[in-house]
Order: sequence, then structure tokens, then C-alpha cells
Amino acid sequence: MEWKRIELPLNDEVIRGLRAGCMCMLYGKLLTARDKAHQRIAGMIARGEDLPFSLAGETIYYVGPTPPAPGRIIGAAGPTTSSRMDPFSGTMLGLGIKGMIGKGKRDLETKELIQKYKAVYFSSIGGAGAYLSMRITASRVIAFDDLATEAVYELEVSGFPVIVACDMYGGDIYEHQV
Amino acid sequence: MAMSRTIHTDLIKDKLVDLIRETSFIAPPFIKECFARIRENESTDIARETMNILIENTEIAAAEQIPLCQDTGVAVVFIELGQSVRLEGDYIYDAVNSAVEEAYRKFYLRKSVVSDPLERKNTGTNTPAFIHLDIVPGETFRLDLMLKGGGSENMSALRMFRPTDSVDMIIDYIEDTVVKAGPNPCPPLFLGVGIGGTADTAMTNSKRALLRPAGTWHSNPFYSDLEKRIYERLNSSGVGPMGFGGAGTAGAVCIKEAPAHIASLPVALNLNCHSLRVAGCEL
Ligand code: SF4
Repeated sequence: MEWKRIELPLNDEVIRGLRAGCMCMLYGKLLTARDKAHQRIAGMIARGEDLPFSLAGETIYYVGPTPPAPGRIIGAAGPTTSSRMDPFSGTMLGLGIKGMIGKGKRDLETKELIQKYKAVYFSSIGGAGAYLSMRITASRVIAFDDLATEAVYELEVSGFPVIVACDMYGGDIYEHQV
Repeated sequence: MAMSRTIHTDLIKDKLVDLIRETSFIAPPFIKECFARIRENESTDIARETMNILIENTEIAAAEQIPLCQDTGVAVVFIELGQSVRLEGDYIYDAVNSAVEEAYRKFYLRKSVVSDPLERKNTGTNTPAFIHLDIVPGETFRLDLMLKGGGSENMSALRMFRPTDSVDMIIDYIEDTVVKAGPNPCPPLFLGVGIGGTADTAMTNSKRALLRPAGTWHSNPFYSDLEKRIYERLNSSGVGPMGFGGAGTAGAVCIKEAPAHIASLPVALNLNCHSLRVAGCEL
């Protein structure tokens, strides 16, 4: 199997072609968010406030990088455990995100939502922080900068390896296990 | 009269700063050989490519001085202090914490410690370190460091077995725990197993077990056989690299046993990720 080249943002046609187990190299822009950013987004939506950025069509990367050393774009930047973001799947997919990147399994509700919203969940390579750092070509904070490593960043990636873990047809790469 | 040796805590601090740098950026040869061996045994593209990326990750981390993993962990520090050693300088816990603070700042490591488990405010320094201090005979001073990430630590497990339960039941439990954890602790794992003691000593021993010289089995043949049985079982469980499926689920299995109550048989598991960041030295 070859790595499949995928341009971001994702579109419906690309997502229709992705099946669990497909190896993809991503090119283009991502947004980062982890525990606290998700919690804040959900809180703002619950209070009827507007977000300072749009999530429509975006791919969200669950990551909390190390601080960049001088002269670097970003520090080590591998994925964090996705299941901690499961409670926010409904909110995030409802706001229009199309892709999620993290590591590990998703809960049943998230998998159903992925089917309903015709989205995709990728797992990247957990613990490959240095390797993935080199695949990030630009980084800037776009919101919640008080959250430091947990702020929302816009990243530009080039050849960022991910595996389709949960697809829009209900496929799940982790299903071969318990 | 007993002899005594004096060690200044500044030396301990400097050594610990070195160990934090070393473990954060450099995978020892044992780990690289282990990754290469696993890659050769994998039959699927996903498993082989995953191992290729992990191998390349160790090379990039060392060459570019980027941490191996973005979760640079909490610092778990094990100290063996000889009874005849006299410490000079700062309070030893302060020396350890100032080493952690300095290293995490100087090497641009992630600060991942909150001061209170419910309020969850980041201390900004990655302190406090988690320190285990033992007094040993003589004049030795040994320092061991384990940097432990959250994804791996969160998969830790403890089960209090009946003393009459069989070794096979323990092996089943270990396999079951590793399979259920799946991708979360970032396999291939370095599994530390604490058997016996009280519940808390078993948990600590599941970490101490991994301080043993890399790539060695238990010195007692009964336990080395058990380690090999667990290792074989895990590597036929199908979890594979990063849980994508495959043969390489465990890189090593290390047991540390302890005396126990007649009614107790605790088994504690430390599902340490492939990013095993352990190093030690004697002063
Ligand atoms: S489990 Fe280990 S390798 Fe994986 S993200 Fe956490 S610290 Fe890194």
C-alpha cells in the first residue's frame, strides 16, 4: 500500500474515498485544539457566544507541542489521546469540522457522528514528536493564547503521515481488537 | 568509627539535568535495535511504516535536538542514598526540583504538571518531581530517572489477585489489559510488572522494574521464564505498533517481585510507551 496524498481542507469527495486503514500524507492547513480549547469552545457555544474563528470545513489536530527552541517553527508535536475529546464530538462536528487527528480509539457516539456528518478521524503516529515536528512548515496562534500549549494554532503541514482510523462508512481500524 | 563520604547537592542537581536532557532527546541503542527487530517481523505496510517513522523519529530527535515525544512527562526520580553519605548544600528534594525546573526551561520541554488534581493550574515549571528515596548501606549514591507521559500512565492497572490464583490467570489479566488499552499507551510497550508487596509497593515496583539494565531478563530463572511467557503472549495478541495491528506489541517485559501478605497477591502494570525515557547513574 502506498501513502495517499491528501490536500487540506478536506472536501466531501475526498472523504468519500477514505476507508479505515488507508495511509495518507496530509498537505495544507490544520487547526489545533486539545482538552481546554474544546472545553472553552463548548462553553462559548452553550452561552450563545460567537467563536473568534470559524470551524467550518476544518481539520482539528489534538496536540500540545513542546515550546519551540529558538529558530524553530514548533517543538515536538505528536498527537495526544483522542478519547478525551469524545464528549465534544457533537459540538465540534455540529460546527462543521470535517476531520480530526489524534491517537487511539473513539467512542461509539463519535463514530456514529462521523457517519452522520460524513467526516473522518485519522490517527497519527503517537510519540513521533520530533518526526512530526519536521513536517510542520508554519505555525501561528489564532485564539485562546492564554492557554499556552493548549491554545488554538493554525499549522501548515507538508507530508504529515496519518492513518484513517474511523471512516464515514462506520469502518474502524481498531475493530480487530476487543 | 564509620567512614563518611560527602556529596554536594549541586552535583546531584547537575547530574539530574544531564539525565533529563539525555532521556528527552536520545533513544539508547537498545531501543533502536528493538524497533528494527520489530519492523523486520511485521508483515503489513501500516505496521512497517509505523516502525519506520518511529526509527526515523529517534534519528531526528538526536540530530535536531527536538524531544522524542511532545509529552516530556513528569519526572519520576529514584534515589538510593548510602547510609554513610553526608549531603551538603540544599535540601535534596529542593535540589531535585530545581534540576527539573532548570532542565525543562533550558531544553524547551513541555511543562505538564498541575499543582492540584482538581483545580488543575499548571505550575509552569514541571515541578514537583515524584521522588522515591531509599536508604541503602554504605557510601553509594544512585540516581535513576523516568520521564513518564500521561497517555501511558493513564493505562496503568492494579489487580489484587487471590493467593491461590494461578500464574495463567495473571498472564490472562496482563494480556487483557494490554489489548483493552490498545493504541492509547503507544505500543510497542515496555511493560513493567510489579508482583507482590502491598498495593502501593506493587505499583512503584511496576516502574522500578524498568530501571533494570536495558535488554536484560530477570536474574531469577523462574521470573525470566514468566517474563518470556508474557512477552510471547503479548506479541501474539495482534495489537501491534500504535495499535494498528501487527506482531510488535511489546519490546520488553520486566517483572519486579516483593514479599506479600499471606492473603494478598497484587499485580500492578506499567504500560510504558515505546518512548521509554529511563536513565541512571552512580555518583
Ligand atoms: S504515550 Fe508515550 S509516546 Fe505516546 S504520546 Fe504519551 S509519552 Fe508520548
